[in-house]
Amino acid sequence: MITIDALTKAYDETVVVDHVNLQLPDSGVTSLIGPNGAGKSTLLSMVSRILGADAGSVSVEGVDVFKAPSKQVARKLSILRQDAHTTARITVRELVEFGRYPHSHGRLTADCHAAVAEALTYCDLEDLAERPIHQLSGGQRQRAYVAMVLAQDTRYVLLDEPLNNLDMVHATGLMQLLRRLADEKGKSIVLVLHDVNYASVYSDRIIAMRNGAVVHDGPPEAVITDHALGDVYGMEFSVHTLGGDRIAAYFR
Amino acid sequence: MKLSRSTVAAVAPWVAAAAVLPLAVVSVFVGAANVDFGALWSDEQSRQLLLQSRLPRTFAIILAGAALAVAGLIMQHLARNRFVAPSTAGTVDAAALGLLTVTILTPGMAVMGKVLVACVFALAGTALFVMLIQRVQFKDVIFVPLVGIVLGGVYAAIGQFFAYRTNLTQTMSVWMNGDFSGIIQGRYETLWLAGGVALLAYLFANWFTAAGMGKDFATNIGVNFKWAMAGGLSIAAMVTAVVVTTVGAIPFLGLIVPNIVTMILGDNLRRILPTTALAGAALVLVCDIVGRVLIFPYEIAVGVIVGTIGSAIFLALILRKSNRYAAA
Ligand SMILES: Nc1ncnc2c1ncn2[C@@H]1O[C@H](COP(=O)(O)OP(=O)(O)OP(=O)(O)O)[C@@H](O)[C@H]1O
Ligand SMILES: [Mg+2]
Repeated sequence: MITIDALTKAYDETVVVDHVNLQLPDSGVTSLIGPNGAGKSTLLSMVSRILGADAGSVSVEGVDVFKAPSKQVARKLSILRQDAHTTARITVRELVEFGRYPHSHGRLTADCHAAVAEALTYCDLEDLAERPIHQLSGGQRQRAYVAMVLAQDTRYVLLDEPLNNLDMVHATGLMQLLRRLADEKGKSIVLVLHDVNYASVYSDRIIAMRNGAVVHDGPPEAVITDHALGDVYGMEFSVHTLGGDRIAAYFR
Repeated sequence: MKLSRSTVAAVAPWVAAAAVLPLAVVSVFVGAANVDFGALWSDEQSRQLLLQSRLPRTFAIILAGAALAVAGLIMQHLARNRFVAPSTAGTVDAAALGLLTVTILTPGMAVMGKVLVACVFALAGTALFVMLIQRVQFKDVIFVPLVGIVLGGVYAAIGQFFAYRTNLTQTMSVWMNGDFSGIIQGRYETLWLAGGVALLAYLFANWFTAAGMGKDFATNIGVNFKWAMAGGLSIAAMVTAVVVTTVGAIPFLGLIVPNIVTMILGDNLRRILPTTALAGAALVLVCDIVGRVLIFPYEIAVGVIVGTIGSAIFLALILRKSNRYAAA
């Protein structure tokens, strides 16, 4: 379990994450939704100790992420940033191998090679494995980063807008993959999504943020409603049941 | 047939090593005074020449070339800019300033003491550069090394001011212009330290690759970004300080060698570090041999030759349109 306690971040006078208290489960898919600027990325960055907090604390299975050795945290939790990009000329495989660093310190073991191969397969990257990442399309590169996080093989996997740049085929493929990781490997996937319908179809729990605070939190039935979505985003939604899923329409 | 990248990467260090070996042999046997192969065991004078002058010189060239290339590789990676190197980040000028400071204040200090002071100055001077470029929001590819060159100019100007007042301008210019002609046994051994430090860099290569991918990337996999930065810059500063103190700066070497190697082999430091080191050694060997035969029996300092070739390649690299990946 990840316990977030009164977590706060402010830039100058503006509080962008405001005393957030949350408990993230130790398995399942949890989606974070909310309008631009709601504080989703800031929250996820603090939980993963990439960004320091102004107040409050985060602990992963009792380990304080800000105080514990970084490598210890790196074996429990991994994060894919929203704007992960690099100019380094390394191959997809080399990138994915970096995911093994917390386990192997750079000397890859047989387990590491197996994990890398598995992550590449999961993300449909075998054919691209030897290509330099700067030569890939945006979506292919996004998949390479996801594969790296998978190779890291942590119980908690945080992903900030992993569907960025993905076409429907790969977006749906990735959501199915994340669902499988939660179901088959018992991982806890926490991801930021802008497409509320992906959140609705694949999540066990949806957390909605607005202005730095959690405004709705519950299973899809509770959050994917005309009222709750309207409240979060300040526009009109109409939620329909389609083949057993709750699908929100918001196009007009 | 197009060779796969991993094949190229696997053979590259061997190719580089195969280039260094014959060059080293040529380097040992080229010179104003003849070393007679056959007479080596019977002729005491030939043997002395070999042991006291020729071999030390060749070792010095290999160590300095390899270590400087490695320093440049680490710096360009940590700065996330392919034009950042000891000679474009103020490191060399800061080291020379440190050396000048010891020479003025405690002229009798042992060479290791001088190296350490130069290293502290080089580190401080480079750290100031890193702080400056972290402040500027507009991280243009060319702008970043320009800041470094200007900063280096400031260090050099301060140095010149004091050198002029203490009659050390001549000495200063010796530090700024690498030359192996004065190398004899007993005068180059500090360079082994540079070689050792470069070897240390190999052990931590993964840190530097991770740090070069960005702070968040490094943090996520449990690499301490600050330590990686501090460690990498210390290695670069130490190497620069040793080389400037012992043989004088070899301008642009730390810039062009890593650029050419990474262009072919990519940026995985652990994989490319040996090739970079060997290529650096090979380039300095070639330039030194050329310098020795061009106006035989006189010599052109290696710094002049590497500097000439290096600045031309530097310009070519800057003008290359496809070099957009140099941006941070
Ligand atoms: N470095 C910064 N300096 C100042 N303000 C910042 C900084 N980073 C984020 N903010 C502000 O904090 C607020 C929350 O940003 P955050 O990136 O967490 O939003 P988000 O919910 O992830 O939005 P999006 O959906 O657009 O990704 C925004 O108003 C943003 O402008
Ligand atoms: Mg965001």
